[in-house]
Amino acid sequence: MSALLEVDGLGVTFTTEDGPVHAVNDVSLTIQRAQILAVVGESGCGKSVTAMSIPGLLPENAQVSGSIRLEGVELTRLGAGELRRLRGKQVSVVFQEPMTSLNPAFSVGYQIVEVLRQHERLGRRTAARRAVELLELVGIPAPSRRLREYPHQLSGGMRQRVMIAIAVACSPKLLIADEPTTALDVTIQAGILDVMRTLRAELGTAIMLITHDLGVVADIADRVVVMYAGRRVEQAGVDELFAQPQHPYTLGLLGAVPRLSVTSGARGRLTEIPGMVPSLHEDPDECSFAPRCPRAAADCRAHRPALRAVRDEHLAACFHPGPVRP
Amino acid sequence: MTSVPQVRSQAGPPVLDVTDLSVHFSAGGRLLGRGRDVVRAVDGVSLRIGQGEVLGLVGESGSGKSTVGRAVAGLLRPTSGSISLGGREITRLSRSQMRPLRRDVHIVFQDPYSSLNPRMSIGAIVAEPLRQHGVARGRERDRQVDSMLAKVGLRAQLRDRYPHELSGGQRQRVGLARALVLRPRLFVADEPVSALDVSVQAAILNLLTDLQEEMGFSCLFIGHDLSVVEFISDRIAVMYLGKIVEATTRLRLFEQPQHPYTQALFSAAPLPDPPLQRGRVRIVLSGDLPSPLDPPSGCSFHTRCPVAVERCRSDEPALTEVTGPGHAVACHLVDEHGPPDVAAAVAAGTAGTKEDRVHDQA
Repeated sequence: MSALLEVDGLGVTFTTEDGPVHAVNDVSLTIQRAQILAVVGESGCGKSVTAMSIPGLLPENAQVSGSIRLEGVELTRLGAGELRRLRGKQVSVVFQEPMTSLNPAFSVGYQIVEVLRQHERLGRRTAARRAVELLELVGIPAPSRRLREYPHQLSGGMRQRVMIAIAVACSPKLLIADEPTTALDVTIQAGILDVMRTLRAELGTAIMLITHDLGVVADIADRVVVMYAGRRVEQAGVDELFAQPQHPYTLGLLGAVPRLSVTSGARGRLTEIPGMVPSLHEDPDECSFAPRCPRAAADCRAHRPALRAVRDEHLAACFHPGPVRP
Repeated sequence: MTSVPQVRSQAGPPVLDVTDLSVHFSAGGRLLGRGRDVVRAVDGVSLRIGQGEVLGLVGESGSGKSTVGRAVAGLLRPTSGSISLGGREITRLSRSQMRPLRRDVHIVFQDPYSSLNPRMSIGAIVAEPLRQHGVARGRERDRQVDSMLAKVGLRAQLRDRYPHELSGGQRQRVGLARALVLRPRLFVADEPVSALDVSVQAAILNLLTDLQEEMGFSCLFIGHDLSVVEFISDRIAVMYLGKIVEATTRLRLFEQPQHPYTQALFSAAPLPDPPLQRGRVRIVLSGDLPSPLDPPSGCSFHTRCPVAVERCRSDEPALTEVTGPGHAVACHLVDEHGPPDVAAAVAAGTAGTKEDRVHDQA
C-alpha cells in the first residue's frame, strides 16, 4: 500500500517588499496511515510553512512548487472549493492557540454540530449525539453539559481538546498539529498527547506534529524530520535519531536541552549553537549551517551537502556526519 | 507553617526572607461592594534565599509564582506577611523609602521585547538604572555600561542600536545587563527563557550561571519548566494554587520527589529519550487547576490528586520536614517512611476516580 501523504520536492517562496524569501526548499517526506511524524526545528526553520502548504493554508504571497499527494491525489492543483472540502474531510489542522481558533459567540456544541452538518450532512439529532461521542473521545468529562458552554468558560487544556474534537469530527486521514501543546502547562500537555495517541489507535489517524520540543517528540513520534533554514537536515525513526544523531545541528539541539536525568551534583553546561539563523533571502550553494557548525570545513562552504543515507533508514545532509557531540 | 528549610549554612541574615506572604486581588464584586470576590494568588508563602544562592520557584500557570516574584521585587504590595531584604523589612516602606532599596533587587521578565523601551538605544537602556540612582555619570557611566554589555556577551557596537534591531536572545541579554548593572544583591528572573528557542535558551542559561558565579548575586528563578529550573537552581520550591507544596535541594527534589503534585510534574515532563520515555509510568492528572477564587477545602490539590483520602478534603496539610531536615512537604500522605508511590497507584489502577476513593475511605 502506498503512503498516505507524499510530499516531493516541496518549495515555498514568499514574495516580500525586501525580495523573495525561500522559506522551504526541496522538502520531501511521506506519512503512512496511523503514523506520527514529527517535524522539529527552531523558529523560522520552515516547519509550519511546510505543514500549512499541505491543506493550502499559506498566505497569497506564497508560491508553492513541487508535489503534495494525499492518497495519490495531487493537492497543489486543487481549486479553492476543493481545498475547502479537503480540509473538512481529509486533512484537519490544530493550532497552538485554541482560543483564537474557536468562535467566542457560539457554544462549543454548536461549533461541533455545525461541522458535522456541513461536511457529513448529518441531521441535527444525529450530529448532537456524535458531538457527545467526540468530546468523550478527547477526554472531556460531562460532555453533554460542556456542549452548552462557551469557549471562555473552558480552560486552555479543555479548549485544545475541543479543537481536536472539531478537527477529527469528520474522521480525517491526516491531522496536522502545529505546536498543539506549546501554550499549555506540562500536566495538561500530557493529557493532550494521550488524546493524540488515542486518535491514532482508535481512528487510525496519521498525525503530522510540528514542534520545537524534543521531549514531546520522544514521547509520541514514530519518525522525525529535523529542519534548519528551510531544509531537511536529518530524518530518521525516533529511536534511531535520539540514539545516533548524525547532523551537528541535531546534536546541538539535543545538547541544548536541560535534562532532568543529571545526577551529578555539579551543574552541567548546555551546548550552545553560536551565531544566528541565516537570512532566507539568498540561497547560496553551501551548507546553511556551516557558519555555526563546529565541523565546518572547506567542502561545506563550497557546496550544499545533499540529503543522503548515512545509516539504515537514516538520512542526513552533512559532509561530516557522526554521533560525536561537537 | 514552617519556613522553607535553609540548606546552606549562613553567616548573617539571609538576603531574602519572606514570611507568610499573601497577595489577594479583588476580582470585581457584586453591587454596592458587598461580598467582593477575592483571588488568593499567593496564600501564606514563606521562603529564604541565602547569599549567592539560586532558589527556583516552579509551578504551572495560576500557581502564584510570578506574583511572589513581583512582590519580592517591590512591584506590588502584599496583602499580609513580611518580606525582608538583607534584614530590612520592605513591605511597609513608602515609595521614597523604597527607592534606595531598589538598587538591591532587580527583575527580568519573560518577554524581552515588551520590557525594553523601543525609543531608547541599548546603551541608554543599560545606563538608565545608573542614572536613576545617581551611581555614575559621564565617562564612568559609559565605562560601566560597556563593561556590563561585554559581561552579557554583547558587542560594544550594539550600544547605539535599538531593541527592534536585535534578536530575541540579544534582547534578553540587554534585559540581564540592565538588571545587573547596579550589582543587585537579589536578582528575580521571571521565566527569562520561556519565549526563546532552545539553542538561545541554552546560551542564556549558561550566561546566567556564569554571571551568578562571577558576580555572586542571589537569585529567585521563576519558571514552569522543571528541567530548566532544575538546571539553574540550588534549591527548588514547588508551588500549587498559591502555596508552596514542597521545597528542598535540587538533587533531593529530583531523586525523591514527595508531594503527589511534584511527582505528577516530573512524570508529565517528557524526557528527550524515547526508550526511557516509553518505559515510564505517566501520572496524568484529571481535571483542571481549580479557580483561585474558590480554592478547594483542605489540601488544595485533593481535587486532582490520584491518591487523596478523606482527610485531604477537610484538613489543610502544613509544610513540614516530615522525612528529615532540609526537605519540606505539605501532604498528609507523606510520613517518615517517605512519599506515597503515586505512579504505582496509577499503574495498579487503584487510583480510581476521586469520588470512589473517598467513599471507600468513608
